[in-house]
Amino acid sequence: MIWRRKDVVGLADLSVEEITTILDTANSFKEVNQRERKKVPTLRGKTVVNLFYEPSTRTRTSFEIAAKRLSADTVNFSASSSSIGKGETLLDTVRNIEAMHPAIIVVRHPNAGTPHLLARRVKIGVINAGDGAHEHPSQALLDMLMIRDVKGRIDGLTVAIVGDIVHSRVARSNIIGLTRMGAKVRVAGPATLLPAEIERYGVESYYNMDEAIEGADVIMMLRIQLERQRDALFPSKREYARFFGLNNERLARAKPDAIIMHPGPMNRGVEIASEVADSTRSKILDQVSNGVAIRMALLYLLAGPYGDDGEVA
Amino acid sequence: MKTIIRGGRVIDPVRDIDGVRDVIIDDDGRLAGVEPAADSPRDVEVIDATGFLVLPGLIDLHVHLREPGFEQKETIATGARAAVAGGFTAVCCMANTNPVNDHVSVTRLILDRAREANLARVYPLGAVTRGLAGEVLAEMGELRDAGCVGFSDDGRCVMVSSVMRNALVYARTFDVPIAVHAIDETLAGRAVMHEGEHSMRLGLSGVPSAAEDFMVARDCVLARHAGARLHVQHVSTKGAVEIIRVAKGYGVRVTAEGTPHHFTLIDEDVGDYDTYFKMAPPLRSAEDREAVIEGLADGTLDAIATDHAPHESLVKDCEFENAANGIIGLETALPLSWDLVRAGRLSVRRCVELLTSGPARAFDLPYGLTKGAPADITIFDPDARYVFTADRIRSLSRNTPFVGRDMVGEVVRTIVGGRTVFTR
Repeated sequence: MIWRRKDVVGLADLSVEEITTILDTANSFKEVNQRERKKVPTLRGKTVVNLFYEPSTRTRTSFEIAAKRLSADTVNFSASSSSIGKGETLLDTVRNIEAMHPAIIVVRHPNAGTPHLLARRVKIGVINAGDGAHEHPSQALLDMLMIRDVKGRIDGLTVAIVGDIVHSRVARSNIIGLTRMGAKVRVAGPATLLPAEIERYGVESYYNMDEAIEGADVIMMLRIQLERQRDALFPSKREYARFFGLNNERLARAKPDAIIMHPGPMNRGVEIASEVADSTRSKILDQVSNGVAIRMALLYLLAGPYGDDGEVA
Repeated sequence: MKTIIRGGRVIDPVRDIDGVRDVIIDDDGRLAGVEPAADSPRDVEVIDATGFLVLPGLIDLHVHLREPGFEQKETIATGARAAVAGGFTAVCCMANTNPVNDHVSVTRLILDRAREANLARVYPLGAVTRGLAGEVLAEMGELRDAGCVGFSDDGRCVMVSSVMRNALVYARTFDVPIAVHAIDETLAGRAVMHEGEHSMRLGLSGVPSAAEDFMVARDCVLARHAGARLHVQHVSTKGAVEIIRVAKGYGVRVTAEGTPHHFTLIDEDVGDYDTYFKMAPPLRSAEDREAVIEGLADGTLDAIATDHAPHESLVKDCEFENAANGIIGLETALPLSWDLVRAGRLSVRRCVELLTSGPARAFDLPYGLTKGAPADITIFDPDARYVFTADRIRSLSRNTPFVGRDMVGEVVRTIVGGRTVFTR
């Protein structure tokens, strides 16, 4: 297909065909990442700005490495979460950056919808690197790439997502993306961390984790944010681990070839036992590798051959 | 010179008038009578209202005029200009100005500016607590004497139940109503829209309906025990409507208002983070909207009020979570209310009640086409069809999601004290 989209702000906007194109493109970049000299000239002379209003070492580093492997110049712009505190509005900040003519802005922001606002207002491409509790499309895409690598398909698989669904942009993007690609998605967690209306997303919801992972092909564990305990959303790490932590005993309920995923960073011993995290079924580090390939694919599609100067890789 | 408004369908629910009549205004601006059409005497000004509705002047219990303190959003003069353009001859303005209207000097400033503007009547509401801080009661007696017709910490909820109880009990001294922005702030947190499927989709934290239901229930209980007058502002949930209905059945002295945006729009209209649809309380579900309409129709809700909340574009043109709450409403309220009549949800008479006698009774304001009273009259063309465009807006701010909407029904003339203050 011909890529026509200027921005990638969420899985909600992407068609099956577009998702497939991104995954296929990422596959072709995996080879670059295996080379001794991990660099192609595709985006030479183009600039990628990482505009991070929220601290994130791993996502920012992954985008930066992806850009550099495509020979783009990268600039990291870390801003305080409140641009208004500095007297400049978010839109003014971004218009200033746009005036320096980068090819792409990768934005992470604590407020949901910020990448959508920017995408509407600037001419250059915007990639959402996580917006509040809304979406984290590059994470969901790398998760889908991981599943496809191991299982050969997404359609027809059963994926259990366990943990803090209500506050998780990773969960939201994965639910949208995986259901769109034909997977059967189950979500599980304590009732305080599951949205009341979640089944309208076409997923099954469970308060009982054992039931949720019964016969699953993929188990995706989410990081429990410990500040939620202070908000009285669950009583203790201990109790959480007992009811919603993934250990070997529980894992036996899933399919024998089920894989374990986690977007990181992990709380070992809370949502995931160390023996599970370090087992051969765990794909957690492979996910990180796939993250670079997915981000290369996104940068390539948005700034690459269909970019303004028509350069082809 | 006398004025006769001739040939219109005159509706005054209080005096049980609904038919073609002449409305006669004396040369001192007072109403001389509502009479069957007759030949005009000489030396009268005739206003031809054929095909139009001739209504008692509309009253809005809930507007923000932003002066003093936020004159970049609206001033009393520009707010009054928007009011009369929307057919409102009287508006009640909220106390969340800067400084807060918790002192007579602020009340006097508001009344002075309204007098200078000389358009709509402006009735200030004083703060319930000093600085809207929810702690110490404002000097309600003195504020009442200075011209405040009621009290509200609107924008904030008096969270401490003992303070709210004392406010209600104390207000009995002067028999003034306490109007409440009912939201449990501990349940709402920093949430920015209605909690439901759409907030889930957008990843925005939602205000649960329970946050409103609970506070309405609390305040009805407190008002019942205090024997006090309570007015619930901008009711947005089905639960709140049900609770007010029950409270009225128990004899609680409670009145309530619904807004045009809550009976017209729902949470899904927020779309992809459109800040023009951000308000407090938030746009609720279709079921909640339905309950508000039923409440307006069956008398559970007493008034349609706009919660006119002007904001400059800067504070709307930003991230949804950082955007200011509220929309302007004075100039769209009547056509949006008329939509309910056209849809068969409200009778014409009930609609007029909700915009005139209903609000007036809640705050003890003068109303109706009463002989000898100042002639406050709104003339409305119920059949006019037009697109509501930004350049029609008289308010200083333009934050409304209704720009571009097809409207039916248009105010053609507004008369305050016998003087025409607006013509289309």
